[in-house]
Amino acid sequence: MALFNEAKFLIKENIRDYGMYIALFVILLTFSILTDGLFMSSRNISNLLDSAGYIAVLAVGMTLVIVIRHIDLSVGFAAGFLGAIAAIFLTQMGVSVYITIPVILVFGIFAGLFNGFLIAQIGIPAFVATLAAMLIFRGALLQVTERTGTIIVNDEKFNALGNGFIPSLAEVNGLHLLSLIIGLVGILLYIYSEFSNRKNKIKYQFDVVSKGIFTLKLVFVSAVIAYITWILAGYNGFSWTVVIMLAVVVIYHFLTTKTVLGRHIYAVGSNPEAAHLSGINVKKITYIVFGSMGMLAALSGILFTSRLQSATTTAGTLFELDAIAAAYVGGVSSAGGVGKVTGAIIGAIVMASLTSGMNLMGVGISYQYIIRGGVLAAAVIFDVMTRRKRG
Amino acid sequence: MPIAILEIVMDPSITISLLLLRLREGGITVNNHILEMKGISKEFTGVKALSDVNFKVEKGEIHCLIGENGAGKSTLMKVLSGVYPYGTYQGDIIYEGKAQEFNNINDSVKAGVVIIHQELALFPDLTVYENIFAGNEVKRGSFVDWNETIVQSKKLLQKVKLNVNPETHVKDLSVGKQQLVEIAKALSKDVKLLILDEPTAALNEDDSENLLNLLKDLKKQGITCIMISHKLKEVISIADKATVLRDGKTICTLDGTEAPISESVIIKNMVGREIEDIYPKRPDKKIGDDILQLFNWNAYDVELGRNVVKNVDFHIKKGEIVGVAGLMGSGRTELALSIFGNPKNYKLSGELLWNGKLKKLPHTRDAIKAGIAYVTEDRKGNGLFLLQDIKNNVTVANLKGISSNGIINDNEEIKVAGEYKKSINIKASSLEQNVGNLSGGNQQKVSIGKWLFVGPKLLILDEPTRGIDVGAKFEIYTIMNKLISEGLSIIMISSELGEVLGMSDRIYVMGEGEIKGELAINEASQEKIMELATQ
Repeated sequence: MALFNEAKFLIKENIRDYGMYIALFVILLTFSILTDGLFMSSRNISNLLDSAGYIAVLAVGMTLVIVIRHIDLSVGFAAGFLGAIAAIFLTQMGVSVYITIPVILVFGIFAGLFNGFLIAQIGIPAFVATLAAMLIFRGALLQVTERTGTIIVNDEKFNALGNGFIPSLAEVNGLHLLSLIIGLVGILLYIYSEFSNRKNKIKYQFDVVSKGIFTLKLVFVSAVIAYITWILAGYNGFSWTVVIMLAVVVIYHFLTTKTVLGRHIYAVGSNPEAAHLSGINVKKITYIVFGSMGMLAALSGILFTSRLQSATTTAGTLFELDAIAAAYVGGVSSAGGVGKVTGAIIGAIVMASLTSGMNLMGVGISYQYIIRGGVLAAAVIFDVMTRRKRG
Repeated sequence: MPIAILEIVMDPSITISLLLLRLREGGITVNNHILEMKGISKEFTGVKALSDVNFKVEKGEIHCLIGENGAGKSTLMKVLSGVYPYGTYQGDIIYEGKAQEFNNINDSVKAGVVIIHQELALFPDLTVYENIFAGNEVKRGSFVDWNETIVQSKKLLQKVKLNVNPETHVKDLSVGKQQLVEIAKALSKDVKLLILDEPTAALNEDDSENLLNLLKDLKKQGITCIMISHKLKEVISIADKATVLRDGKTICTLDGTEAPISESVIIKNMVGREIEDIYPKRPDKKIGDDILQLFNWNAYDVELGRNVVKNVDFHIKKGEIVGVAGLMGSGRTELALSIFGNPKNYKLSGELLWNGKLKKLPHTRDAIKAGIAYVTEDRKGNGLFLLQDIKNNVTVANLKGISSNGIINDNEEIKVAGEYKKSINIKASSLEQNVGNLSGGNQQKVSIGKWLFVGPKLLILDEPTRGIDVGAKFEIYTIMNKLISEGLSIIMISSELGEVLGMSDRIYVMGEGEIKGELAINEASQEKIMELATQ
């Protein structure tokens, strides 16, 4: 009973952090029931994660942009345009995929820095500056695809990013071995980090949760990782998109929580004036955040082009709004300074789950938009309510 | 009823006001108060801003409200005008003979009480007539009647003797004229009791004179006026009565109708208190060479279009506490910012010598690197990160000190923050507590800890004890003494004269961006400082 009370207390205290996990859990459960388990099938989950990939990487960057109290509307068509450039490199110019990808990412950084320049240096509101950039990228996308129309990409290595899976090494009972190993390593790393974290906290006499809750949390999270791994291993294993998505989250999670740069980003977001007076270069941070956003837009463009195996004239339409929605569902606060990149991924998965689940159920596209809009509104209402309660 | 009164009352030719006058002459007090505030107390999270204040204003008089910064004047006026709604304070407001319960500003405006704040509440990009009737539009049916608005604006502008086209944009008017627009706006609302919070603070002499004359005119028209002012000469020239507040209490009400109020009496009542035993004993000092010198230092604010710091010569030695006294808006904070890497981008001129060498500090980073730290006046607004925990706040200005290659060492951070928590006695349940949930005193200690971790040589404290209780004040003074004994220098900007006298080795008094005087501690007194500051 004490355990239950503590769990209740913890959830209540950290509702902001746990809220979206609970929401995701409820959504998954609901769709599983409504679709007789079809929703949680290996194949569907694998597809769902792949289709979330290019929005998820945008949402990670967007979260940081919103954390520093800005917005970036240009990322959708930036992704579309850069994806088209990648296709042109690979097909018309015959550049190797190993050169194309880094070059496109660098282009993305420059595109982001241009936004950063307008916002930090000239002082144009981010909304307007990136709206202008959005129109420019849209025009540029039409320009480069005008002559040829859709550009078909035949490069197998490139297309694998959006459609392929990591090699299996060997099959065990029809399960994907390398994926199982990765899942296992993931669980072990998780357990190790939790233990060392707890040890440290005890050393400094911080409050820690009781042993019961701690064990419960370990078992629960490990079980979730194991379950997802098992589901994916039952189909084709981890796709490259999932691997890239995980890599982006791990890197950005590390950057935001463990580095000086991350601290500075959150400091600028929670109080720009105090940050300035603390000797933080607010302009530089703005440049970096928009530069990173640009790079992730390029990555998103690469993933999307690869997934479609072609660059189209309308690629990237409304990506920015999906990314913003995912970021808000993932718990970023419009008041700045609050929001985690892990939340952004969850937000993207929540939105992708809604689409996927409703598609399986045959819900009409009109209702799909309405329901997704409702979920977004609910997420922001939740954010405002929890903040009000604290303040 | 005594016979004298009967005679007066029975006289058929007598008017009511004459009656009251006669009655008063006869030594009988009759309540002719438009406003009576009784036993007003107001608390802000543990800090008493007003305690049991009594304040009476008679109909048709100009009543000045004076006191040091933080004495409670503005708070009292905010209680009166409904900014702090009924129920958030204790006590009664009796206005025009009735107990009032103002729940917001609209309620008080409806009753004819209009407050003009120090920061004008005008819309700079709208025209004069739009401003005058903003929120109080002249309507025909459900639409705004702009022609009528302009006609009425012209009348009101005449009343306040402002000769401008009502179609001028407010941003194109001088501050003095904007002030008059505010008053015209008040008049448009049928004001009976006009409250002005330091109306002349930002005005030059001519404009001030003009404004004071206007107030006298309004008085003739029967409008009662409460004016908060720091300029004692003005108070003396205009006030029928003056009430002095100190530490949230009413000290006295002085009458200026018969003989002018004397400046020295006001000052004595304003500062009143002795320096009690609230300042810790000072350690033996080892005062060294000049660490910072300013010569002919100017800071020009591009937005305001004027010098906020003017011709300042200033110096501070190693191990010294230099107090900077002055009233609000006297340029103290601006001086501090101009030294601390100039975050507001003033245009600077003059010489700054750091350790005897000419130095430029174009960014706060450079100032911090040189060894200057600045604890802001407004710790919630631009000092702390309220949504973040204590350890993040303590280390934010010097993350280099707890990281290698840009990666933060969490254990080192906890160790550092823990040390400051202990050494400056931050009272919190853990280092992971959000700073927003701490008391004012502990927040201030976090601010100080943050800057000590930078390893400064010169610490600028801007209003270090504003809004914190006496116990925490003592702790902060003790920390200051400890720091100077370790060789730091401290510039303490403070509006609390007791604190300035109790802690400083030397005192500069500022006013209008200039240094109005420099006092050695043994020749300084509260009266002298006030005299220089109100010059």
